[in-house]
Amino acid sequence: MNLLEVDRLTRSFGGQPALHDISFTVGKGQRLGIIGRSGAGKSTLLRCLSGLDRPQSGRILLEGEDMATLPEARLVLLRRRIGLVFQHFNLLASRTIAANVALPLQIAGVPKAERNKRVAELLDLVGLADHAGKYPAMLSGGQKQRIGIARALAAHPALLLCDEATSALDPETTETILALLADINRVLGLTIVFITHEMDVVRRLAQQVLVLEKGRIVTRGKPADILDANHLAAILPPNLSQTPQEGSHAIVRLTVATQAVFTPLLRGLEQQCQASFALLHTLPNPESDEQVDVVVQTDSLSVATMNALQAHACAAEVIGYVPTHS
Amino acid sequence: MSRLILDLLWRATAQTLEMVLASGVLAVAGGLPLAVLLVLTSPNGLYPMPLLSRMVGGVVDAVRAVPFIILLVLLIPFTRMVVGTALGTAAAIVPLSIAAIPYFARIAEVSLREVDTGLVDAVRAMGGTRWMVVRYVLLPESLPGLISGFTVTLVTLVGASAMAGAIGAGGLGDLAIRYGYQRFNTTVMFGVVAVLVVLVMLLQAAGNFCAQYLRHTQPSHKA
Repeated sequence: MNLLEVDRLTRSFGGQPALHDISFTVGKGQRLGIIGRSGAGKSTLLRCLSGLDRPQSGRILLEGEDMATLPEARLVLLRRRIGLVFQHFNLLASRTIAANVALPLQIAGVPKAERNKRVAELLDLVGLADHAGKYPAMLSGGQKQRIGIARALAAHPALLLCDEATSALDPETTETILALLADINRVLGLTIVFITHEMDVVRRLAQQVLVLEKGRIVTRGKPADILDANHLAAILPPNLSQTPQEGSHAIVRLTVATQAVFTPLLRGLEQQCQASFALLHTLPNPESDEQVDVVVQTDSLSVATMNALQAHACAAEVIGYVPTHS
Repeated sequence: MSRLILDLLWRATAQTLEMVLASGVLAVAGGLPLAVLLVLTSPNGLYPMPLLSRMVGGVVDAVRAVPFIILLVLLIPFTRMVVGTALGTAAAIVPLSIAAIPYFARIAEVSLREVDTGLVDAVRAMGGTRWMVVRYVLLPESLPGLISGFTVTLVTLVGASAMAGAIGAGGLGDLAIRYGYQRFNTTVMFGVVAVLVVLVMLLQAAGNFCAQYLRHTQPSHKA
């Protein structure tokens, strides 16, 4: 059975749909990334998943219980199965670090001795054991987020939800927090669903990705596929067509070894194929660090040219055609 | 200054402190629950009941609209019912508290509303009940603000208590009027003013210290 199952979820505010017909499932131990621009509906989706907001229609099944229709008293208990990590940490300034981490346990009615033991365990896990007596205002952003994660883990949740967990952090701190999350997923087998607007976070952490746009899921798949499509889409001319027309130019993606970029790659190709090549873009290859994708435009695309290209590069693929003057 | 005047000053100060502290405590006891009620029942609160919220708000504003000197007189029958007499220090505590409760309620309401909604979300997402949100988030997180608001209330009460001299409550205000103004005793007048200035400064300093300590931003103290 899937741990989390979202089925035709719709949520609108004042007649304006913020989420439309969202369906997806997350298996136990998986890491799902939800990416989208601001205003795409990410935050609304996360509020629905964490049980803070209810959708107008559709179901959100967590361990088989529907968060959309559960009565408030039962929903309160179901929320304890979810750990939530926030962009701005949301630690209580009036409580020490240890008391912040203990809060979910206190809410769940765990006895004090057991609570203290668990808190010590968690502070060890996030590497902040010697900060137990400090207050959140005395910690750095990265440390605060570690505490936020420890707190989210405290009550042994079935699902960890991260809301832009690294968006308020600098790049190095982001690295360490992502590594910590990956560790938690691997060691504890904890299911993680995270929303972000950062491509890099998805690449680092996600096994599966949903791309959210204007309240709908527009793409889903593995990070490599999504990133590939997104990167290419961003650089391709808008008048790209899938079929060649009289006198149109072809756009070809060549996957070459990274070192090949430092050789006169295009001139070699031009001489061999007797065609001209214009360099449009180079992109990192999503599957391999040792290869790059070179996107070129050419005026004559024959079978012989394609063969020559394929011989020269690791892979060559026609992406589409554009009119001559573009 | 003669021994007699010093003695008078000392007794008046004690009476003022008695009135201010007693009505201050009652202001918190009555005003804080009112403030929590106002915040919880407001349209985007945890228990949205806009009608109740507006009714309570209306009563609070109505009491605040009445000038204290009028309230003092208006409440004489009520005071007599509660304390048994309408005269004296104990009797003054009744109108002082009734004036201070809505005053502190509005000040506390502001502090409670300033608590980051993200913290409320955090505790609700942990599976906290609404009562737990009040207990673990709203009250402790707004405590520094509540303390500052309480300080402001106490200082206002020091001023208001001077008016209670009108119903024979004694205290520094009464002393200043009877000896300083009516008997042209400038020494007493200046003495009273000096004591009031020092009293207010001490109250404010103590309030600031407590609020700052509770903000937990300095690494210097131990929990």
